[in-house]
Amino acid sequence: MEFAIEINNLSKKFGSFTAVNNISFSIPKGKIFGFLGPNGSGKSTTIRMLCGVITPTSGEGRVLGFDLYKNTEQIKQNIGYMSQRFGLYEDLTVNENIDFYGSIYLLAKEEMNERKKQLIEIAGLVGKEKSLAGTLSGGMKQKLALCCALIHQPQLLVLDEPTAGVDPVSRREFWKVITQLTATGITVLVTTHYMDEASICDIIGFIYNGDLITMNTPEELFEKHHTDNLEDIFIEYVSKLSSKDAVLSFKEIRQQGKEV
Amino acid sequence: MNLKRVLTVTKKEFIHIRRDKASMILALVAPVMMLLLFGFAVSTDVNDIRLAVCDQSNTMESRELIRSYENSAYFKVYTMTDNPQNAEKMIAAGNVKAALLIPTDFAKGLRRGEKEEVQILVDGSDPSIARTAANYAVMISNGYSLKVSSVKLMNTAAALNKSPGVDARAMIMYNPTLESSKFNVPGVVGLILQNITVILTAFAMVREREKGTIEQLIMTPVSSLELIVGKLIPYVFIGIYDYAIVLLLSYILFGVAIKGSILLLTLLGIIFLIGALAMGMLISTFAKTQLQAMQASLLVLLPSVLLSGFMFPREAMPKVVYAISTILPVTHFLIILRGIILKGVGISYLYKTATVLLALIIAIIAITVKKFTKKLD
Ligand SMILES: Nc1ncnc2c1ncn2[C@@H]1O[C@H](COP(=O)(O)OP(=O)(O)OP(=O)(O)O)[C@@H](O)[C@H]1O
Ligand SMILES: [Mg+2]
Repeated sequence: MEFAIEINNLSKKFGSFTAVNNISFSIPKGKIFGFLGPNGSGKSTTIRMLCGVITPTSGEGRVLGFDLYKNTEQIKQNIGYMSQRFGLYEDLTVNENIDFYGSIYLLAKEEMNERKKQLIEIAGLVGKEKSLAGTLSGGMKQKLALCCALIHQPQLLVLDEPTAGVDPVSRREFWKVITQLTATGITVLVTTHYMDEASICDIIGFIYNGDLITMNTPEELFEKHHTDNLEDIFIEYVSKLSSKDAVLSFKEIRQQGKEV
Repeated sequence: MNLKRVLTVTKKEFIHIRRDKASMILALVAPVMMLLLFGFAVSTDVNDIRLAVCDQSNTMESRELIRSYENSAYFKVYTMTDNPQNAEKMIAAGNVKAALLIPTDFAKGLRRGEKEEVQILVDGSDPSIARTAANYAVMISNGYSLKVSSVKLMNTAAALNKSPGVDARAMIMYNPTLESSKFNVPGVVGLILQNITVILTAFAMVREREKGTIEQLIMTPVSSLELIVGKLIPYVFIGIYDYAIVLLLSYILFGVAIKGSILLLTLLGIIFLIGALAMGMLISTFAKTQLQAMQASLLVLLPSVLLSGFMFPREAMPKVVYAISTILPVTHFLIILRGIILKGVGISYLYKTATVLLALIIAIIAITVKKFTKKLD
């Protein structure tokens, strides 16, 4: 099997603080990999190492066959990235933002325009080409960011909380685009705090305090934990690992609030 | 370094500037406003200095001398008195800024064809007025072929104690009417070139970080060198535009023409501009937000205005302040500007200053590069 991502005992330390601790996994090409974990558990740090932006403290890895230490330029040329925070230029129009990223990837003009037209259509941004990015709604901004991440036809798409702050309908539209894309063979690495989204993924990794706790398909996770609710599984992990009192469900919290 | 990427960044930066009102104003309008402000308003020219006259001679000759004071635009006879002590009192009270004392036997000597002496009292509490008043007085009296026995400063701020005559001669050689706009305007060119560029560059660099757009950008193949060069190019153009417009307006509005070589001035100006760009970048390595960048810029810009010799002569500064002024590139660039614009001197006179300027700028660039590479790790 061909792997899009293969990492082995990857660690990242900031001073004496270990943000990512000896994690290893392999993701086959064409899959959607959901990377879950509480805030501050090391998801973004892992992603930055995979994208060649920060150097790992130890361990090894290859992304799309390129070495994490030696071939960071090639990695960057072949991945598309969308950040947790809206990272595009609000004072540039939709077109200008896409053109900017297209030119940064050195696309030829005709190729870029054709690709741009396609993406704007898929993302449902037709008619908004000349609007400033800052005037778009949250959902549309995310779709624009997706267009910019895909303009150079990357083989690996990395999405760090792409749907944070996006309404449920727009989230589904967004995911529809993602699944359409994987049909064309692209691999997706996504982090999210929405467990309903996570269940779309082919593989789920769970990271806690820098340690990779589990790597599994959703089906296997459901079987193992005797539930088909990923949120419950997530909470079960956190409460077990943090030895916090079992976290109450929202219903229970509401009831308690009423009793007081 | 890929040229297409660099130009892509440059194009984007131009769009930012075009769409941001504050940047546009700072780049295009502020230089003109600063020139007008420093050229007209902050004029250290002293006109209509109130003069008390104590004419103890009371002769045709003495009245003629008084008239020559009156006829100059510099002085205005405020009051006549018989008593020299009265004149001193009036200066102390602030009623007049200067007093002209003509001794009783003034005319006698003149009639015999001898040189005669008058005394001038100047209120020294405002040094810049005092300096000019004293200079003007000496000038007028000399014109009348008299010997001014002494220029005595009253209420003196200590700084003025050195002979003003020497300064006066140097100024008079190149700026015969002693107009301060002639002296200020070349300095404004330097300040504008530096201040606008430093602020805009620091802003441009910090903006990407503050808005979070840098996070997206570092995931692309663009290198930090491509990014920095691409971002700086627009500010080189703006700097050159500001330089040209200010020189042009200086000529049109203030009649300040470049006596020396424009080519030399422009060459040294570009070196200075590169230093200003580096300073802006250096600030951006410390500042996290545009507000912080603004504050840090002011920290650089205020000393440039106050200590560079633009407003106050450096010779009069305490040693420590003088030392600080020496490490400001703008200090040396001002000497170059005034040298080339007012005096028309060439590189043979300026090579020392130019070397110091170059050394300072290389030092700034070195620090900036070091800070930057460290930061990217
Ligand atoms: N440059 C850095 N220097 C020091 N500590 C850092 C740095 N970057 C991240 N950390 C720390 O590493 C830990 C992991 O951070 P990371 O951003 O990877 O978490 P995350 O899983 O993405 O969290 P979130 O869900 O909130 O985005 C955090 O405790 C964070 O404070
Ligand atoms: Mg994160």
